[in-house]
Amino acid sequence: MRAIGIILAGGNNKMMKELSNKRAIAAMPIAGSYRSIDFALSNMSNSHISKVAVITQYNARSLNEHLSSSKWWDFGRKQGGLFVFTPTITADSSYWYRGTADSLYQNLHFLKSSHEPYVVIASGDGVYKLDYNKVLEYHIEKKADITMVVKKLDDKSDIKRFGLVSMSPEGRITEIDEKPIETNLSTASIGVYVIRRRLLIELIEKAAEEDRHDFVKDILIRYKNLKRIYGYKLESYWSNISTVNSYYKTNMDFLDKDIRNYFFKEYPDIYSKVDDLPPAKYNYGANVKNSLVASGCIINGLVENSVLFKKVYIGNNTVIKNSIILNNTYIGDNAYIENCIVESNGTIKANTRYVGEKNEPKIVIENGVSYLS
Amino acid sequence: MIKKEMIAMLLAGGQGSRLGVLTAKVAKPAVTFGGKYRIIDFPLSNCINSGIDTVGVLTQYQPLRLNTHIGIGIPWDLDRNVGGVSVLPPYEKSTNSEWYTGTANAIYQNLEYMETYNPDYVLILSGDHIYKMDYKIMLDYHKANNADITIAAMPVPIEEASRFGVVVTDQDSRITEFEEKPEHPKSNLASMGIYIFSWKVLKEALIKLKNQKECDFGKHVIPYCFENNKRIFAFEYNGYWKDVGTLSSYWEANMELIDIIPVFNLYEEFWKIYTKTDALPPQYISKDAYIEKSILGEGTEVYGQVYNSVIGTSVTIEEGAVVRDSIIMQGTVIKKGSVVNKAIVAENVTIGENTQLGVGEEAPNVEKPKIYNSGLVTIGENSVIPDGVKIGKNTAISGETTPEDYPDGMLPGGGIIIKAGEDE
Repeated sequence: MRAIGIILAGGNNKMMKELSNKRAIAAMPIAGSYRSIDFALSNMSNSHISKVAVITQYNARSLNEHLSSSKWWDFGRKQGGLFVFTPTITADSSYWYRGTADSLYQNLHFLKSSHEPYVVIASGDGVYKLDYNKVLEYHIEKKADITMVVKKLDDKSDIKRFGLVSMSPEGRITEIDEKPIETNLSTASIGVYVIRRRLLIELIEKAAEEDRHDFVKDILIRYKNLKRIYGYKLESYWSNISTVNSYYKTNMDFLDKDIRNYFFKEYPDIYSKVDDLPPAKYNYGANVKNSLVASGCIINGLVENSVLFKKVYIGNNTVIKNSIILNNTYIGDNAYIENCIVESNGTIKANTRYVGEKNEPKIVIENGVSYLS
Repeated sequence: MIKKEMIAMLLAGGQGSRLGVLTAKVAKPAVTFGGKYRIIDFPLSNCINSGIDTVGVLTQYQPLRLNTHIGIGIPWDLDRNVGGVSVLPPYEKSTNSEWYTGTANAIYQNLEYMETYNPDYVLILSGDHIYKMDYKIMLDYHKANNADITIAAMPVPIEEASRFGVVVTDQDSRITEFEEKPEHPKSNLASMGIYIFSWKVLKEALIKLKNQKECDFGKHVIPYCFENNKRIFAFEYNGYWKDVGTLSSYWEANMELIDIIPVFNLYEEFWKIYTKTDALPPQYISKDAYIEKSILGEGTEVYGQVYNSVIGTSVTIEEGAVVRDSIIMQGTVIKKGSVVNKAIVAENVTIGENTQLGVGEEAPNVEKPKIYNSGLVTIGENSVIPDGVKIGKNTAISGETTPEDYPDGMLPGGGIIIKAGEDE
């Protein structure tokens, strides 16, 4: 293979509110059966990138558990493999990762000891399918120094949390505006980059010398006129989950037949850790409408326009509407839950009522001991 | 040096002809069960949960599905540096090559495999029963009795005992008499076909009986050891154990899984059953769907109605279709407006629009009344049922059928259609 992969999965985002108390964003459960990082990992695997490093920092327990075996994404190989890098204290450094560029600098050995000519950098919070080889081919064809994957966003209300770009007709990036307060740009960087390995090492080392730590602010923006930076336009589905509302909306997107078929049925597949749970069980009184149900669930009540993750128990006469119920949650009898995200491993007692606003879901955290151990 | 205290030998070569068209192309242990499993997952999971990490799987009849399912044993954690799972088909020898002619003959032909692991004990299992059992406890029992052979046995109703090998024991559970399928059983303790042998005893018996035709454990090895005054004990088992050798017992065992609290509970964290997962996505239930008292596998999409059924992975049940009291296996599509009653539909079948399965009165099957009975409709894998036909009870269909196969648009009760596959 011509490239190695790096997945930046260290980040936290205040806009995830309480959902990030438990886990890094890259470990957020998606679409019933997956975790956010599965999409980047599967894209790497499906692009035949066989050596991948995942860089983690914030609250990595859940993520490490998910990555405990690399075989689900087919990385358990003699040639290549999956590497997980958390910050460590060394003779030269006792810092946490102070930014994306710094996290690469602290793991420069991985870049230096590889022999593949290119590096694909991706983030762990995007839900999309992409053959990175296509980006690499574009990169070579444009004789680019750095290629960033960009996506035109139609929803202007949610645009200011991204790095926005403008491009010349032939695709060269002419402007980069990181998380602007005001903007009329509408094309966002999705946090996927292709760059020659030696150039990346050079840029990272130079940034470190100058005590600069951020890949976007300190490298991309500063070098935009000096280096040939190109944008590869992604036309297919892409969603970033790092706010509560976008997380909720992304999960609900999978109730749409086209999006579901695109991810679940069309080649290539998305892989995830296998949990060996029994089939979902529908008892008398179950009534499920327009919903996704993962394995291990037991349903006795009404579920409508919702996503049930693995091993969720729904009690008798309970009503779940427009909600996301995360893994291993017990919901007792006669409960009513509407427009909510129910946090994992919880127990909702019988007769409880939680109602959030439409398009402003309420996060429900019940730290009771799970009935389903 | 390689040393394993106990290794398991799993007999998975049988056809299971009483499952009719379900085993036309696959060995019985590879038939799916309970929505997402295959029958062999149960003994394999029992092995790893009991701490046995070396398992030889003896295959013979139609092994392709079995081989791809087992692979190198990853789903059961049986991919090991030393031991793990090995698939053992019959092989050509410099002299005297033969198929596996009987259960004990198959084990005899793999003496070398067992020898490699230098075992103290060998566990003999068959690949066609549904149960959860800790073989470790059975081994402890074997050791405590200083036994040569321990046979797992369970009490069955006395009227059914003549279908099994029956053991008679003394007060110490030592077996004093052994009868293979007796007409008038003296006991209701039935052998479950699960044996622990002390290695030396097994090896000696197999070599001694090597010229026995169709050498079988129940018929030859156990009686031989018995005659030679070996210490043979019965290990009484009282949990759930189901032989799924006939279509009706296979159907019943599946249906037991959908009870509110099933006797055989797959939802317990303890003693997980592992399987190779072919589908990962969650299932999708549409706004017009209705599902009651059923279990469904991953990746299945339901737009119609499902009652009292076991639905496998990646199945599609289209708008207006109604499935009742049925088993639908992996990858099957049931098209719009079809009604499926009390049917077993194997993998990757297409059932056309507005068809009706399981209609009319019961009539005995014209060719194999002993196999196709209990009012079931049985459809073999990769079959195609054309739009609009009606299919009666006690019927069997295999292959790509067309409207011409159904005079007056109907396969009456007791009918059978077997169309040769493309490769025959």
